[in-house]
Amino acid sequence: MSTRLAKTGRLLNRDRQIEFTFNGKRMTGHPGDTLASALLANGQTLVGRSFKYHRPRGIVASGAEEPNALVNLGKGGQFEPNQRATTTELFDGLTAESQNHWPSLEYDIGVLNNYASRVMPAGFYYKTFMAPAPAWKHVFEPIIRKAAGLGKAPKDRDADIYEQFHVHVDVLVIGGGIAGITAAQSAAASGAKVMLIEQTAHWGGRAPVDGAQIDGMDTGEWVKNAVERLDQKDNIDVRTRCMGAGVYDHGYVLAYERLTDHDPQPGLPRHRLWKIRAKQVITATGAIERPLSFAGNDLPGVMLASAVRDYVENWAVSPGDRTVVVTNNDDAYRTAITLKKAGLAVPVIIDARPQADSPLIRSARDLGIRVEMGKAIAKVKGRRKVEGISLAMQAGEGAVLEEIACDAVAMSGGWSPVVHLWSHCGGKLIWDDAMAHFRPDATRPPTGAQGQGFVRVAGIANGVLSTTEVLADAAKQGRTAAEEAGFTAEDAAPPTAAPENQAPMTPVWIMPQGADIKLRQKMWLDYQNDVKVSDVQLAAREGFESVEHTKRYTTLGMATDQGKLSNINGLAVLSKALNAEIPQVGTTTFRPPYTPISMGAIAGEARGEIFQPLRRTPMHDWHEANGAFWEPVGHWRRPYCYKRAGETTEQAVAREVKNTRQGLGFLDASTLGKILVKGPDAGKFLDMLYTNMMSSLKPGRCRYGLMCSENGFLSDDGVVARIDDETFLCHTTSGGADRIHAHMEEWLQTEWWDWQVYTVNLTEQYAQVAVVGPKAREALDLLGGMDMSEETLPFMAWADGQLGDFKVRVYRISFSGELSYEIAVDAHQGQAFWDALIEVGREFDAMPYGTEALHIMRAEKGFIMIGDETDGTVIPQDLGLDWAISKKKTDYLGKRAQERPHMTDPKRWKLVGLETLDGSVLPDGAYAVAPGKNANGQRNTQGRVTSTYHSPTLNKGIAIGLVERGPDRMGEVLDFPKVGGPKSSGEVVQARIVNPVFFDPEGKKQNV
Amino acid sequence: MSNVVSALKGASYQGFTRVSDSGARGMITLRGDLSSAALQKAACDLAGCDFPGKLSLTGTSESGLCWMSPDEILILCAYDTAHAATAQLTEVLKGTHDLVANVSDARAMLCLSGGDPREVLAKLSPADTAPGALEPGTLRRSRLAQVPAAFWIDETGTAYVICFRSVAQYVFDILKSAALPGSEVGFFDLA
Repeated sequence: MSTRLAKTGRLLNRDRQIEFTFNGKRMTGHPGDTLASALLANGQTLVGRSFKYHRPRGIVASGAEEPNALVNLGKGGQFEPNQRATTTELFDGLTAESQNHWPSLEYDIGVLNNYASRVMPAGFYYKTFMAPAPAWKHVFEPIIRKAAGLGKAPKDRDADIYEQFHVHVDVLVIGGGIAGITAAQSAAASGAKVMLIEQTAHWGGRAPVDGAQIDGMDTGEWVKNAVERLDQKDNIDVRTRCMGAGVYDHGYVLAYERLTDHDPQPGLPRHRLWKIRAKQVITATGAIERPLSFAGNDLPGVMLASAVRDYVENWAVSPGDRTVVVTNNDDAYRTAITLKKAGLAVPVIIDARPQADSPLIRSARDLGIRVEMGKAIAKVKGRRKVEGISLAMQAGEGAVLEEIACDAVAMSGGWSPVVHLWSHCGGKLIWDDAMAHFRPDATRPPTGAQGQGFVRVAGIANGVLSTTEVLADAAKQGRTAAEEAGFTAEDAAPPTAAPENQAPMTPVWIMPQGADIKLRQKMWLDYQNDVKVSDVQLAAREGFESVEHTKRYTTLGMATDQGKLSNINGLAVLSKALNAEIPQVGTTTFRPPYTPISMGAIAGEARGEIFQPLRRTPMHDWHEANGAFWEPVGHWRRPYCYKRAGETTEQAVAREVKNTRQGLGFLDASTLGKILVKGPDAGKFLDMLYTNMMSSLKPGRCRYGLMCSENGFLSDDGVVARIDDETFLCHTTSGGADRIHAHMEEWLQTEWWDWQVYTVNLTEQYAQVAVVGPKAREALDLLGGMDMSEETLPFMAWADGQLGDFKVRVYRISFSGELSYEIAVDAHQGQAFWDALIEVGREFDAMPYGTEALHIMRAEKGFIMIGDETDGTVIPQDLGLDWAISKKKTDYLGKRAQERPHMTDPKRWKLVGLETLDGSVLPDGAYAVAPGKNANGQRNTQGRVTSTYHSPTLNKGIAIGLVERGPDRMGEVLDFPKVGGPKSSGEVVQARIVNPVFFDPEGKKQNV
Repeated sequence: MSNVVSALKGASYQGFTRVSDSGARGMITLRGDLSSAALQKAACDLAGCDFPGKLSLTGTSESGLCWMSPDEILILCAYDTAHAATAQLTEVLKGTHDLVANVSDARAMLCLSGGDPREVLAKLSPADTAPGALEPGTLRRSRLAQVPAAFWIDETGTAYVICFRSVAQYVFDILKSAALPGSEVGFFDLA
């Protein structure tokens, strides 16, 4: 069992104790502990269950590559699943629960899967759950869904806040080990703007544990001094707890800074996502140790050798009294030496190499540690934790030579450089046979806009292994990066360390090499998804050759650890099974982020009130204070209606319609687009953009115009006002303002660049109010200042003037069919003007009305609306708007398209009114059916509803829609089937084809 | 004029940097041939400062000229004089092909003062706001989170932001979130 040691613990502050809970059990630790080291110190070796077979899982690693120790961390709004205990810094009050078991971690019913593992190999679900067919939807899928996933989904809203930060630097160094520090030093010495980031809370990486001496001093001391010196320079920013998450095109890098995870501060940002633009990036990202594949290598107590010595040195944690070391390289001997020096037992170092000799091996022997060459672990003994191992010959098939009791196994299959960030943006790898790992190919780096490489690699991420080589490499990379970024770097001597002689390693992909199927079924590659050596070999037998396919079929590397411990071992097994060379098989694609980053960091500040940029008119607050029921129109908010106490929405809308038609209503029309178009060619330009002849419009007059796409489809509509000889003001729909402005600029800049026209989007310059109803003129006369008479300001005219205290432009236009004035004032005066109107309106029982009343009134008049009567397939001729299409113009956008046979087909569906026989309201989008079925066996249709409302004016349902040859079929009755379940099938609503102008067909009311 | 109310109604927030509404400001868009001597003279006479080069602004936030694009400048003036200035400019440029429009009400102007305005901007804009990159005299058109914005820094280190009126509240709110005390990044306190 694991336990805390009395000495060592260079990262711990033993003066203080911290309390935390794990599965409800209270435990203690120290500042400096990770959750993982604290759990081990408390003897908690069982930390979770694997995904598929629910096998017991223990801590394997000491860093971000940890696959097993995943916890549900925190509660309520702070709850977060799948947190790695190895990267979770311990804080007072931390609560954690292990994942993927029921009812408890110790007694998990899911372990039944484990006993069925023979029938649940890789890909079993592609061969089962097939029959009977209905069982998938009702039985298999729900069960699989419940079993899927590792952690629990959060139920509460994330209570923390997050932010982002953009910077531009010359050289970004990712990784704060001795390589990163040295590279940053070199780069900063040239005067370049440098940023150095480290994902853990500590500088120095592996070196302080692996015990080298640099420039004659203890590594920890050297690191401390070096970072202090860097911190003092004013051209470098150094940051811990900041992980390089992804390298993207052109030197764009995302980094993930965890500000308060180690010391929660509600109300302060928890994470900060850095968006870094760097001329050069140096990845000094180190290397990850590989597990060895021997039977039982997933039992709690089996750990990576480097992790074992990390726990001893950094956190004063013993993995167990007796630890067997198994390895194929020299490096793991360091672990044996560290354990021995801490006063613990190392029964044997099992070295798979037939022979090897080096200073490190001799040191171990000198300490009295038994070393067995050419040997292997046949299997690990124990049910829930390590109890011993069976020794065999590596060259053989696993015949047991000796049983050796132990509490932990420290394994090392070699080291894989962390090449992820290098690979994200296209950096290529080479297979180093001698070291049995992939490392970056410096001749094929990720390239920038001009084809220049923008990423360099330093330290053991390059595959370089000795300390002095790391330092020299890093210094060189830092200098070169600064030069590439345009700075002159001095050629200073790098720090040095003693040379190290290591015996060559031997790749060992299966241990022992001739193991039978029974053993291979217990050799684990992916601890999270339970993928075994036998699974990858099965995939090869079933015909999978591509490593990408094999990954998906077996799910190797598809869990939250992104294959950090399983990738290389897995593809090596696949290569052997295919009898191919490892570089031919290759790696799967490395994708950002390097490790998972929070959704909150990606969202940044965008949540709650500032999730989206809400657009508000100048009168927004008044609407809010007066019962507005809001409707989104793009990012605008417009009142749908204004609800009085006790009113339903329908009642409010009906009241507003009736009041406006009988008296006086006010509508905030500020959101409508207003685009100023000016120049000698303005008329010519608008003649091309609109179907109408706009150039003939006289100053002081308005014209309703239609804009179509090049394909002839109706795109936007609105009233155009002629301001003067060279100037027009074009109104667009609310949703169309920015779009139509962009459309105008696109044509001017790309096709008609020699036409003299300027445009400006004035939508927000004006607040605009529609003053509508039989009492409109009276009310405006009360405000006074302008002649509103029919003679001076007839229908479809406009005029500038004064109303009360306000300088205004008045348009005599109507969307409701009533006497109507749309009045524009400077936006800063919008609220004051609205207030003045409300004031004069009291005498007439004036009421504000919203968008729904507006829509009903226009529908009663048969006026079309963009987005209802149009859907991208409708042309003006479909809507009876032939009168708006100039016959005189030789060209306009959409003209030729509208001459296509399909567009002139007499059978096209055209606009009509639809009146239900029973007065009910037709459902929106309802189809009118025709006799018979089409070639697909679907009922034929002959029309559809585009707008439908209950009309308070006429006290019945009204609708307009498109019907085949509709205008020629007045009076015909159509069938609209109801939808919505067994009760309504077969039921139809019948409606008669009528004139779409339901109310005041002669248009008298707007002309008074 | 009491009828005139800016979009933010004078709001302000004291974070590690102060975020405040600069109130109603005069702004006039002038589109035309920026190399024309007549256009340059008309603009400079109005604002009382030199004609700005690319990406630059001349004068002050109360009376200045901003280069917006190869065929557009923005004239800054007092709100009350904007209409008259627009009319005057239109008259002076009569006969040439250009467009003069009063856009004073279509915009909001905010001010970031004290603390570290550059950091506040860097949290929301991908533009380089570091000392040396964004210096007095440069007008940067960019975005702040999800909306377009233009900003500059003056000699005292105070930043000014111009955005569209309809999203003024959103811009105020995101600047406020960026200026939260305790969320200082400490990146620009390098030289």
